Amino acid sequence: MIWNKEMECADRETMRALQLKKLQQTVKHGYDNVPHYQKAMDEVGVKPEDIKTLEDIQKIPFITKENLAENYPTGLFAKPMSEIIRIHASSGTTGKPKITGYTQNDLDMWGECVARGLTMAGADQNDIVQVAYGYGLFTGGLGAHIGAETIGATVIPMSSGNTQKQIMFLQDMKSTVLCCTPSYALTIAEGVKKAGLTPDDLHLKAGVFGAEPWTQGMRDSIEAGLGIRAHDIYGLSEVMGPGVSMSCEYNCGMHIQEDYFYVEIIDPDTLEVLPDGEKGELVITTLGKEGMPLIRYRTRDICYLMREKCECGRTTVRMSRVFGRTDDMLIIRGVNVFPSQVETVIAKFSELTMNYKLYVGREHNTDTFRLAVELAEGLEIQDIAFVEALRSRVEHELRDILGIGCDIKFLNEGTLPRSEGKAVRVEDTRKL
Amino acid sequence: MFVKQMSVFVENTTGRLADITQILADHNIDLMASTIAEAVDYGILRCIVAEPEEAAKVLKAKGFSASVTEVLAVSLENKPGGFNQVLKVLADAGISVGYIYSTIKSQEGEAVIMIKVADPQKAVEVLQANGVKLLAMGDLV
Repeated sequence: MIWNKEMECADRETMRALQLKKLQQTVKHGYDNVPHYQKAMDEVGVKPEDIKTLEDIQKIPFITKENLAENYPTGLFAKPMSEIIRIHASSGTTGKPKITGYTQNDLDMWGECVARGLTMAGADQNDIVQVAYGYGLFTGGLGAHIGAETIGATVIPMSSGNTQKQIMFLQDMKSTVLCCTPSYALTIAEGVKKAGLTPDDLHLKAGVFGAEPWTQGMRDSIEAGLGIRAHDIYGLSEVMGPGVSMSCEYNCGMHIQEDYFYVEIIDPDTLEVLPDGEKGELVITTLGKEGMPLIRYRTRDICYLMREKCECGRTTVRMSRVFGRTDDMLIIRGVNVFPSQVETVIAKFSELTMNYKLYVGREHNTDTFRLAVELAEGLEIQDIAFVEALRSRVEHELRDILGIGCDIKFLNEGTLPRSEGKAVRVEDTRKL
Repeated sequence: MFVKQMSVFVENTTGRLADITQILADHNIDLMASTIAEAVDYGILRCIVAEPEEAAKVLKAKGFSASVTEVLAVSLENKPGGFNQVLKVLADAGISVGYIYSTIKSQEGEAVIMIKVADPQKAVEVLQANGVKLLAMGDLV
């Protein structure tokens, strides 16, 4: 099923024409109503009328997370507060939250985007959607909520946490679709197993997971643990929230809602726009968003774009899974390390669970790097040689992928705290 | 003629070992022999318990990696040269020893040691042929 065939299956020329029209409107709206855009464009001598093709967007300067912080709290709003009907916020890199405001049209657009995504997951008005993302300033809960309401499904607004109650509702309310962070989905799957239940005791058919980077290995664990097909949903609160893109049943990248978002991939160092297929930083321009339009927003998320035809019939451009957020990137002994790289290695070992934590510190002017990971349940450990052989294999694999050494500490299963939202994977105690 | 040994992976944290003995105590499982092979940040607890399969099950339910294997329980005469006799029999038969530990329980006139060997079947044959007394699970409880 496709929610909006006209937009999701449009031919390239039609989509590009629509994008250009909406881009021109968005640039004018931003220039006329937001001092930041006016100043930034004036500085490089670009006027809204200069945007004659989609490629002309490259004349406009990027907007960054730092610019959002400078304009805290509502300096980037392009509509008066009387027309803003909702506020969301996410934690900012500089301590101040990133505030975003929505008009009624913006919320309608959000509902439409998530509705398209839920339809990719096979959901319709007959489904029962359990939303276990946190509700509140975080866009996860209310984002999934508005999409589920748009398709007319039954929404259970659980919010995150209270895993036993989540499982009770999954069973008793016969929820068919679960929306939450992938790390919380793993916690729920573990809870199901601990309660002596199997996926057959549940009625779930699909899950819509996002808000943190995850790997194929984690997807496999969730799919097996809950007996579902897992879909990847992407978004950022400052841009809108979840629903910017989502993976269909073919799991070959996330379809971007191109009539609402114009995307570019840039080299984060040279800022050059990269061709499709090349990995770089995702840059998003909102098309038609009124409350807080973002023009060439540097997401810091690393991914690549794909335009080959998807078997599902949708013609929209797809983004790969996010390999890491440049914010999450650790620089250890001068080497760039993404937690997701470590996760990919962990997923290769059946002896390990996906519960892990990275500890970065500094001793004698050298960075220390340690991985604490839980051993899989039911592992038959007879002697030290077994553990050391496992340690050596994990170490080798990590060194191959990361290019630096990592101390490994094995823990008993259930030792690390369980995620109910975004998992805390890194503890960096370096004071530099 | 083997006894069952339970092996448990234990991370090196204060009180972790007591967590295990508490679980065994809560399930009324008698602990008859134990030893720890230690590495830097973890150890392997090896022990002889009254109900090894059940003990491994309850520990696994609490997240411990536990498994059951077989070792020999050898009864030694409590006199000089007793231990030597057993090890010499194994050495002469070319059987290598992995590790050895003894029971917690005091025994009148005899000592009981647990031996992990490379070739258990052959070890039983040569030890019995040389008059060494091997104990079964029931003899320990």
